[in-house]
Amino acid sequence: MAKRVGIEVSIAIAEAAKLANVDVVASYPITPQTHIVEHLAQLVADGDLDAAYIPVESEHSAMSACLGASAVGARTFTATAGQGLELMHEVLYIASSMRLPIVMAVANRALSAPLSVWGDHSDAMAVRDTGWIQIFTENGQEVVDNVLCAFRIAEDQRVLLPVMIHLDGFHLSHMVEPIFLPEPAEVDKFIPPYQHPFPLNPDKPVTMGGFGPPDIYSEAKKAQEVNLTAAKEVILQCWNDFGSLFGRYYHPLECYHSQDARVLLLTMGSFSETAMTAIDTMRREGKNVGLIKLRLWRPFPFKEIRQAVKNAEVLIVLDRALSFGGPGGPVCSEIRSALYNEDKKPKVISFIGGLGGRDITSVGFEEIINRGIEISQTGSEQEFEMFGVRE
Amino acid sequence: MTKPEGMLTWKDLQIGSIVTEPGSASQYQTGDWRSQRPIYDSSKCIKCGICYIFCPEGCIEQNDEGYFEANLFYCKGCGICARECWTQAVTMVEEEE
Repeated sequence: MAKRVGIEVSIAIAEAAKLANVDVVASYPITPQTHIVEHLAQLVADGDLDAAYIPVESEHSAMSACLGASAVGARTFTATAGQGLELMHEVLYIASSMRLPIVMAVANRALSAPLSVWGDHSDAMAVRDTGWIQIFTENGQEVVDNVLCAFRIAEDQRVLLPVMIHLDGFHLSHMVEPIFLPEPAEVDKFIPPYQHPFPLNPDKPVTMGGFGPPDIYSEAKKAQEVNLTAAKEVILQCWNDFGSLFGRYYHPLECYHSQDARVLLLTMGSFSETAMTAIDTMRREGKNVGLIKLRLWRPFPFKEIRQAVKNAEVLIVLDRALSFGGPGGPVCSEIRSALYNEDKKPKVISFIGGLGGRDITSVGFEEIINRGIEISQTGSEQEFEMFGVRE
Repeated sequence: MTKPEGMLTWKDLQIGSIVTEPGSASQYQTGDWRSQRPIYDSSKCIKCGICYIFCPEGCIEQNDEGYFEANLFYCKGCGICARECWTQAVTMVEEEE
């Protein structure tokens, strides 16, 4: 039976990687992710985890070393944040295009300048199109559970794609929370051994990342797109199996008092916890509001989103990232795009907030919802509004 | 490779575009990139092999008589052999000529 322990979320992530019996960890420390790989280094150094820990000179090298490890058939884990994720950028595409099931925790951090080590989703949004499966998490338990699920999803023969587990830097990475850590035997049962169908092997040579001239590149990209989209079924199945074994069920999005709500708020990550408090307060005041928490970011859950919001009149989307000179929030612009051709759809209002570690309190969320309702009635000259910015 | 690359559909590709047949790059005709091709004049050739050494494509071979010539299936027409030849035995001519 799993024990519930008070543990820092970063340490719990490292323990989850240990439970998954990773073979290789290649990483470079960066705030607010450092505790994850620091603890993994300790586990390896102490002989508590039989894995190769490769201390590299940069995140570009970290992801490159992960490619090699995963390509020979090793279960591979790494973690990064902010600028580190950006330094990995070009290698991220290679991991997904070569179908290497690396699992990476990203302690989401704002991007410089000005230099910020604090959390927002700018780093995640910059790697949106890299072809990785991407899951946003809300609390420590969800991070641990999804790191375990990530190995099973990534290494599934129908998937063979890398997975990013996003957790908010500091707001999640540095929290001490009560977390159930499953027994090793339970995890062994849940995650089968990793077997790549064509690993690098001198006895049976293959070429990975070869030349793709114009007459083959489009076919390669189509195959990749079909594969990532089809991974959704495997993700749903994995979450369902995880629920049957461990009693905690996950879905592409969570609906909180949203069924009958006239006004919906949509959030991603740890801010959803605070947003729930705001919804509770407003509901007590008789306001007809609800919350959608988006968990599965890639592949994007079009069907579930359309279904969840179709009866609402107003949908307010909070982004913790800004697309400069563009439509505002990257999440909001995808939601708008997903709904545009629907006959029955809410008005979609975009808010940007929580940048660079700025908190939004439950009162703040009430203000966002109230202002969103106002904009839906009066309209706005702006494409989006930034919440809480001093004028 | 069962089909030429230009005939493969996205469903035919191995996962991650992995190439499972060693040495299959030899089937790739780099010669069709060429706009000029080398002409070898055996009356000037001293069989020194400098063209063979310098060819970046590795596509120059020595024939039974000991003269050197480029395999036009691979030759990209870079002209390095013509530039390096001591005796000007190699000249580049336009492909359309």
